Amino acid sequence: MQLEANKICFGYNRKESYLLNNISLTFKEGEKVAIVGPSGYGKSTLAKLLSGYLAPVKGRVLLDGKPLNPKGVCPVQLIYQHPEKAINPRFRMRQVLEEAKGLDLTILKKIGIEEEWLTRFPRELSGGELQRFCVARALLPEARFLIADEMSTMLDVITQAGLWNVVLEEVKRRNMGLIVITHNMHLATQVCDRIIDISAINGF
Amino acid sequence: MNLNHIKSSTLLEIDNLSLSFQMYKGFVEQQQLEVISNLSVTVHSGEILAIVGSSGSGKSLLAHAILGILPENATIKGTLRYKDRILTSSYQEELRGEKLALVPQSVSYLDPLMKISGQVIGHKDKSKRKLALKNIFKRLELEEKTENMFPFQLSGGMARRVLVATAVIGDAELIIADEPTPGMQTDQALEALAIFRKLADEGKGIILITHDIDLALNFADNVAIFYAGTTLEITPPKDFLDGEHALRHPYSKALYRAMPQNGFTPLAGLQPYAGTITKGCPFAPRCAECMEQCKKEIPPMRKLRDGYVRCYYAT
Repeated sequence: MQLEANKICFGYNRKESYLLNNISLTFKEGEKVAIVGPSGYGKSTLAKLLSGYLAPVKGRVLLDGKPLNPKGVCPVQLIYQHPEKAINPRFRMRQVLEEAKGLDLTILKKIGIEEEWLTRFPRELSGGELQRFCVARALLPEARFLIADEMSTMLDVITQAGLWNVVLEEVKRRNMGLIVITHNMHLATQVCDRIIDISAINGF
Repeated sequence: MNLNHIKSSTLLEIDNLSLSFQMYKGFVEQQQLEVISNLSVTVHSGEILAIVGSSGSGKSLLAHAILGILPENATIKGTLRYKDRILTSSYQEELRGEKLALVPQSVSYLDPLMKISGQVIGHKDKSKRKLALKNIFKRLELEEKTENMFPFQLSGGMARRVLVATAVIGDAELIIADEPTPGMQTDQALEALAIFRKLADEGKGIILITHDIDLALNFADNVAIFYAGTTLEITPPKDFLDGEHALRHPYSKALYRAMPQNGFTPLAGLQPYAGTITKGCPFAPRCAECMEQCKKEIPPMRKLRDGYVRCYYAT
C-alpha cells in the first residue's frame, strides 16, 4: 500500500499565498518517516490533509492511487498533539473506545490502559493517560497508515518511550506506514528511517 | 554554581511542603487527596532551577502554590519563605505580578478579547515597557504586527513566546516558567531560555518546569527531579550529560535511559496516584533495588557528591 500527496496546495487565507504549495510526497507501507521543520510551516496542516480532515485546494491525496473514502473507517489514522481536544468530554472512556469498532482489545493491556480508567471521564485522566486511549483507538484493524503529530511532546520521557515502543511494535507487526511529526531530532532519528524537512519541499 | 551557596542570596525556600485537596467521595463523605508531600527545594538569586519529572507529579501545582493561586479546596502544610520572610497570602498578593512572575503552562491563560500588546505591557510603566516590548519581541522572533493581534490569531508557538514576553518584561525577581517551550522550534526555544539565562546572570531566580530535559541541561544550574509529588534528586546538569552512572536515584537513571538518544527504554509500571501514595518511597513499587526499609518510610534527603538524593542505597 502507498499513501501519496500529489502536487497538493493548501492555504487558510484566500488573500495570502498558499501555506503548502505544490507538495508531492510518497509514503510506503512498512516505512517510518519523520516530518520536521520550523513551527508555522504547515506540518500539522499536512497531517490533516493526508488523513482526510482537510481537503487540498489543488492536487490530490491518494491511497493506492484512489482518493480517500470520506465514509467508513479511514485507513489513515491521525493522532493529535492535544489528546484532551481529541476526545469527546462528555463520553466515558469506555464509549471513546467503543467508537473504534472492531478494536483488538489486547492492545489496551499492551499500551497500559487500566481497567479502572474505562468508567472515568476524560477530565479525570492526565494527558499521558488520555494519549494512550488516542493511540489505542487509532490502531483499528483497518488502519494502514498512522500519523503521529507531536504525539509525545507533553509526556515525560519514560511515558514517551513506553508509548513509542508499543506503537513501533504494532506498526512493525502489521507492516503499517508511520509518519511522525516532531521537533525533537533525537526522537526522529531514533524512530524513523527517513527524515523530511518541510521547508525544503515546499513551493517547488 | 554549587548548592552550598551563601544563605543571604536565598530567594525562595520551600521546606517540607505538603499540598492536599479536599474532595467529595460520594455525596457527603469528604477526603483529603494529597498531591505533594515532603517537598523541599531552594532557589537562589542568579540560579536557574530546572524541575523535570513525570507528568502528574505536582510540578504545576508547586508553581501555583508559590504564587498563591491554588483553588479554594487546597490545603498547604510546611513553610514557604521568600527572602527569609514567610509567604503569607497577603505577602503573596503583594509580590505577585511585581516580584514574582509566571509563564503559565497553557496558552489559554491569555485574555481572548485583549490585544497582545496590552497583555504584555500591563498597566504599569507603560512608556518604558512599550520600548522593552519591541526589544523582547525582536529577540523572540515575533513580528511587529503581532502586537495588534488577538490570541486566536497566533499559532501555538507564537502564543508561547508571548507568554514568555509577559513574564520577562517586568522587574520580577523570581520567574516561574511552567513548560514554556512546547510548540516552539528549537532555535526559538533556545532563544527563550537564553533570555532566562541572562536574567539569572543579572541576579534573578528562575524556576523552569519542563519535560524537555535536553533543553534544560543547557541552561540550568541545578535540576530537581520530581516523582509523585516529591523531589527524589537534585543534581547539577552535568551529571545528566555524564551518563547514568553519574546520577544518583534509580528514577533519574530510568529517566536517562528513556531519552531517545540514550536507548529509549521505557520502565514498567505507573506512578502511584494521588491519594494512594504510601508512607514509603513513592518509587519503591517500580524500583529494582527496593528493600523492606524503602516500603516503610520515605528516605530523607541527603547530600551525595554534588547533589542531593532521597534514597537509602544510592551511591
